[in-house]
Amino acid sequence: MLYQETGQFITDYRLDKRFFRLKQERWAFAALLACAFLLVPAIGNDYWFSAILIPFLVLSLAGLGLNLLTGYAGQLSLGSAAFMAVGAFATYNFHLRVEGLPLLASLILGGLTAGGVGLLFGLPSLRIKGFYLIVSTLAAQFFVLWVFTNFSWFSNHSSSGVITAPRLQLLGIDLNSPVGRYLLTLTVVLALGLLAKTIVSGELGRKWMAVRDMDTAAAVIGISVPKTKLLAFAISSFYLGIAGALWAFTYLGTVEPHGFDLSRSFQILFIIIIGGMGSILGSFLGAAFIVLFPILLSNVSSGLLAGAIDPGQLENFQKMMFGALIIFFLIKEPNGLAQVWLTLKQRLRVWPLRF
Amino acid sequence: MNFFLEVLTGGLLAGVMYSLVAIGFVLIYKASGVFNFAQGSMVLFAALTFVSLLERGVPFWGAFVITLITMAVLAWLIELLVLRHLVNRSPITLFMATLGLSYIVEGLAQAVWGAQVHALDIGIDDEPYEVFGILLSQFDLFAAAIAGGLVVLLGFLFNKTRVGIALRAVADDQLAALAVGIHLQRLWLIVWAVAGFVGLVAGMLWGARVGVQFSLSLIVLKALPVLIIGGFTSIEGAIVGGLIVGASEKLAEVFIGPLIGGGIENWFPYVLAMLFLLVRPYGLFGDKAIERV
Repeated sequence: MLYQETGQFITDYRLDKRFFRLKQERWAFAALLACAFLLVPAIGNDYWFSAILIPFLVLSLAGLGLNLLTGYAGQLSLGSAAFMAVGAFATYNFHLRVEGLPLLASLILGGLTAGGVGLLFGLPSLRIKGFYLIVSTLAAQFFVLWVFTNFSWFSNHSSSGVITAPRLQLLGIDLNSPVGRYLLTLTVVLALGLLAKTIVSGELGRKWMAVRDMDTAAAVIGISVPKTKLLAFAISSFYLGIAGALWAFTYLGTVEPHGFDLSRSFQILFIIIIGGMGSILGSFLGAAFIVLFPILLSNVSSGLLAGAIDPGQLENFQKMMFGALIIFFLIKEPNGLAQVWLTLKQRLRVWPLRF
Repeated sequence: MNFFLEVLTGGLLAGVMYSLVAIGFVLIYKASGVFNFAQGSMVLFAALTFVSLLERGVPFWGAFVITLITMAVLAWLIELLVLRHLVNRSPITLFMATLGLSYIVEGLAQAVWGAQVHALDIGIDDEPYEVFGILLSQFDLFAAAIAGGLVVLLGFLFNKTRVGIALRAVADDQLAALAVGIHLQRLWLIVWAVAGFVGLVAGMLWGARVGVQFSLSLIVLKALPVLIIGGFTSIEGAIVGGLIVGASEKLAEVFIGPLIGGGIENWFPYVLAMLFLLVRPYGLFGDKAIERV
């Protein structure tokens, strides 16, 4: 009933290739954007912005980056956090060392640097396949963090290794309030999200999926596998780099290597497992889940059990729940929350009938 | 020169300890094609159970047997709750499942036994021997002997017994193995239980050395490059890989480390493994995959 496509005729290719083919979907998306840009800043409080919305948006972007590489191009990576770190530190250094460079330009340069580093660590993928490839991404993870911890030049010789992000300013508008940081993050994530959608529905996305499904077959039909793989690494790392810079600048307000350790990489991997591999929407759903679930869990435990469990045990319990959930999703719904959403949509389309 | 040799042998013997963890990996990979990231957590779980039993006054062999039974029960649960539902799924899916599993096992181990550090004494002195002017740790030699014994035992299991042949058939093609009447579930149970046993041995030796604590499960990160250099399917590879990683990492730390800032032990094995792979993409002893369209 809600999703009826009767009367909506697609008469040329341009219409067929739109992101949202149904009128209802376009309206819903426009309404969502209006809410995010107008309603939320008007009614949200600082806790919502700083503790929920900004980390959700940044983690979505990171999930999106890994999804491009793992979900679409089929290259398993355990080094996502390293590329985030590169993005954060590069953005910081561009901002610090180039006089008068606008914030947006340093952000993009930071992302491009991360993309370059990603390309470099993607080079072994030309020769190494499958699981053996995780050695290269883990090498990136440990090496990059080591560089940032050991060479103080990157953190501007700060004695503690922790540096404060500069004031955020864009086109003369001060963005230091939680709302300002939220809007900046939202804009960047929206732009990159739409770009990702364009990429994956275009020629490059098709090539990625061909390589993912079987790279030998892809090579046989004339796809340049090396180029395709390297582009996946570069673009994915670009996304992760921007996400890292936003994580440091708009969420934490500090730039430090330890926020980007291996557990962060795992967290991003879990986002795409729970959200859905090879789905743009899935990255957002997965990130929402990862951000909200621990908050829910701690609220439930403090509400119901009134602090009867000690915090260490709670953390253990949370860890086990995450592990169990991942296994549950892999067994019951390998395509993640995105697939749940699609199923719901299909139900709505045929409602009140079943098929 | 003597100093160099001392560092080298120290590294080689440390490498044997990495091999011990890597062997558990190889077993499971060989028998089920599962890249088991949870091996490190199983080492932690086994060691923590063992040491906690000792502390509660259970005699050494009693604790050993009870821990073995616990590991078998754990293997049974893993088979029942996880693996059974993931038959014939893609290797990446299985890998991620073991990632989730490692969270559960780590959490469980600490939830049951607590998170504090335990000292473990298994009755072997750490007195250095002097051989041709080089100091060798008695404990390391003992560990090396244990690893050697394990390799012989497992080699016998894989090559000479019916179970071993069935294991190799399953590794080759799960569905085909099922079709010829191999009891897949029982085999998985056996191999995970054996991996648990290897994990217990590794956990006891590592625990005696560095104390039983959470960082034991991080040894998995050291075992990965070992495995990658040796190839996923070869126990000999795990031993050779362990020796290479152990020796080169110590040499690099001692001789290159001071030049570029120290602390390179963390990433050096990975870079080394990457270099090995560029020459031999399937590791030194790995099976080369044949691809057909």
